[in-house]
Amino acid sequence: MSENNLQNHSRRKIISRIMTLLTAACTFFAIGILLLIISYIAVRGVSSLSLQFLIDTPKPVGEGGGIGNAILGSAIMTALAALIGLPLGIGAGIYLAEFGNGWFGKITRFVADTLIGVPSIIIGIFVYTLVVLPMGRQSGLAGGIALALIMIPIVARTTEEMIRLVPNSMREGALALGAPQWRVTMNIVLPAASTGIATGAMLAIARITGETAPLLFTALNSRFYNGYLDQPMASLTVQIFNYATGPFEVEHAMAWAATLILVGLILLINITVRFLTRKKF
Amino acid sequence: MFNKIFFKKNLISLFILSVAVIGSACSGQPMGQQSGGGGSAASGGSLRLQGSGASFPKPIYEKWVSEYGKINPNVKIDYQSTGSGAGQKAALAKTADFGASDDPMSDEDLKSAGGELLHIPTVLGAVVLTYNLPEVKEPLKLSGETIADVYLGNIKKWNDERIKKDNPNLNLPDADILPVYRADSSGTSAVFTDFLAKTVPAWKEKVGMNKQPSWITGVGVGAKGNDGVMGQVKQTPNSIGYVELTFAKANSLPTARVKNKTGAFVEATLESVSAAAATAQMPEDLRVQITNADGAGAYPISSYTYILVYKDQSDAAKGKALADFLWWATHDGEKFTQDLHYAPLPPEVVVKVEAKINSMTASGKTLRQ
Amino acid sequence: MSQTGTIGDKLFRSVLLIAAASILVIVAAILYMMVQNSLPTIERFGVGFLTGREWKPAQEEFGALPFIYGTLASSIIALVLSIPISLGVAIYMVEQAPKKLARPIAFLIELLAAIPSVVYGLWGIFVLAPFIRDYLGVFLQDYFGWLPFFQGRLTGIGMLTGGIILALMITPIITSVVRDVLEAVPTTQREAALALGATEWETTRIVLGNAASGIAGAVVLGLGRAIGETMAITMVIGNSAQISISLFEPANTIASLLASNFAEATDKIYMSALIEIGLVLFLVTFVVNALAKLLILKVASGTNSAKHA
Repeated sequence: MSENNLQNHSRRKIISRIMTLLTAACTFFAIGILLLIISYIAVRGVSSLSLQFLIDTPKPVGEGGGIGNAILGSAIMTALAALIGLPLGIGAGIYLAEFGNGWFGKITRFVADTLIGVPSIIIGIFVYTLVVLPMGRQSGLAGGIALALIMIPIVARTTEEMIRLVPNSMREGALALGAPQWRVTMNIVLPAASTGIATGAMLAIARITGETAPLLFTALNSRFYNGYLDQPMASLTVQIFNYATGPFEVEHAMAWAATLILVGLILLINITVRFLTRKKF
Repeated sequence: MFNKIFFKKNLISLFILSVAVIGSACSGQPMGQQSGGGGSAASGGSLRLQGSGASFPKPIYEKWVSEYGKINPNVKIDYQSTGSGAGQKAALAKTADFGASDDPMSDEDLKSAGGELLHIPTVLGAVVLTYNLPEVKEPLKLSGETIADVYLGNIKKWNDERIKKDNPNLNLPDADILPVYRADSSGTSAVFTDFLAKTVPAWKEKVGMNKQPSWITGVGVGAKGNDGVMGQVKQTPNSIGYVELTFAKANSLPTARVKNKTGAFVEATLESVSAAAATAQMPEDLRVQITNADGAGAYPISSYTYILVYKDQSDAAKGKALADFLWWATHDGEKFTQDLHYAPLPPEVVVKVEAKINSMTASGKTLRQ
Repeated sequence: MSQTGTIGDKLFRSVLLIAAASILVIVAAILYMMVQNSLPTIERFGVGFLTGREWKPAQEEFGALPFIYGTLASSIIALVLSIPISLGVAIYMVEQAPKKLARPIAFLIELLAAIPSVVYGLWGIFVLAPFIRDYLGVFLQDYFGWLPFFQGRLTGIGMLTGGIILALMITPIITSVVRDVLEAVPTTQREAALALGATEWETTRIVLGNAASGIAGAVVLGLGRAIGETMAITMVIGNSAQISISLFEPANTIASLLASNFAEATDKIYMSALIEIGLVLFLVTFVVNALAKLLILKVASGTNSAKHA
């Protein structure tokens, strides 16, 4: 009986060991995939990267060309999206954190969470009918609005979570001194949560920088450097998509190089944010 | 790291700014509506023209706008290849200054347009069957029936008797054929299916002629644009696809010789495409299909490709720039055709094109004198 | 003081309310636009739209079933592949890894989620598709070729490639939610189990059991993401509107159909059909995400209500 028990015990131990190894294997597999993808991007991207490539505009196949206008376009549309999306998102987040315990807050929070999961191609179609058709053309403005719509719920939810992390004692202290709520929120709660909110904002910006689907019908693409919001605008992601699906090897090489820039930028934002906030999490 | 006071003060100004941006976006809408796709003519100094559509002429259009930009730095023309269907839609919905399509628009669509749309042929091209069979060195010979059978799913292997019959000397592999077709609405598909519908009754019945035909379920894969089909063929051994000649040439992939009306297997070249155009009668509105043309030397899957413009332009400056560009393209621009494996317009067609371009107006005034 | 205070508070609150309401307005506007624009096909085809197998825009015949099938099948493949790996990673991070390792691992997994969709597509076309065509697919056909899933032409482009790419993309999402859920399970439960003589794995199983609904929520969240994924899948799935049991055959998903065909729908009925299928996608992802949220909330409120105090 007791021998049996002992045997059973060692068997259980072995199973436990095996499962630990398996979970570790899963982890190394997932990280391995990440490293594999990144190393492909790095190796293939570096070989066709040059300063000229970073400032040129697209040219007919075989004549070189670059992604300068695509970088500019992505930057403009991301900035526009941030300009619209950050205030609305942060505002909504503050509301949810400070006044969001009623039915309206609950519904809004729920809808925001589900809106985050709505496919971005749907946002693209929405903005096409909302902005492109009335304006009579695709434009950087439409692209920026589409990206902003994706950004708002993400920023709102991270802002809310960050504000909720601020200890209640800070609020109560100020309120007890007779300060109106808006001053308490603006002068005490927001500054305390600002690092977290900024982090959320940066991550949302990184996320929309990589979006392609909502730009296909809204910003389209362009061959030129273009600072005008009422014109079609190039973006890194749409350019990568076009180059990648085409037949030309020179364009494939440019797709990898453009990807290196895009992924480099996004990873840089992620790593910076992580570095700056490592104490908090 | 993140200035707290800065943050606080700017939160308010960000609100105001965003309201301003949204406000200006809204006020911009009625403005764009009035000008009907034109928008403001000059966005700061230089003129911009936006075109979109067919991917069949993409290489030559990209070359043209690049070369034209060198001569006329003040006119910036943007061409995005989105497919002929999207080109027709852009013309109809007026989301571009010009559309492009290989397939002439239907009478019905032309009627629904907000104004008279002109078809300006620009160049001639060939839809070729290109394939990825590294071990086959000599060009394949294919008849309309064989091509139809491959795309109908009746021929599944490369060493099928029906392919071997026309290619007795080729060492065809015992491999599954992967036909690649266009998933988007495509003028190239229209030309391709037009040829097959004319030559193979079963095709006409089952698939028909269309920009977006009813592909047989389970046969092949779809790809977007000439680029997409070519990319797919290049990536996948034992595949076959149909693209404009220049795409196959630029990728050093072989093209099949296709059996024409006289029974000859003809290679797609500048000459064989021109020969096909020579036999066709050009109607007054310039909308014409030249597949399965007469003549021993004619390549049977040839086509004109068109730029679609409104006869009456809403913006005089842009209209003038567009007319000038079309004139340049169909004259000086034709010299770039050879390197890119397109055929130039026949001289008698150029004369008709000139008349069309000269008929373009803006608020009643002709644009070119 | 109290005067400026109440006015200021009211103003402050209304400005924030507008911002919060914008989220509701966006969702309502999307819903309105999509329903409005899909009325022509809803009226003309009714439920037949969802069950029809033929998608022939030229003949004005619109059956969305192949796209619905492709969307579900590719998502299910993604889940089947992703669930064990995600659970493994999350368990390793929370239950087994040394504390010093857990954080960098979590960060690396998060980076996997930060890579844009189009980049997965690029990698899929040039690395994964040839790998499946030349190695994995050949292997599967050699050893499992008797299964209908692995029969037919091997091209590297198709359902399996799409499913694998989706699996890579949803793994970090499922992992991070499962990690949060596991962390929310009180340490006392683990201590109790260990004290009763359970092995590490048995303890983990108890923890997993208590976190079950949260884990289900994480999986559903991953499903929602897979269903709506667009760019990567459109680049590798082959864009063919067919229903095939073989995983090597090309297929198409709703999102991919929209990406490649929305720009060209000239006539009203075609446009309406595309927007209706988009509406289906919108509603499905909305419901799936809502369900995920409810499942995850259940765990959060059940085991750790103090988290968001």
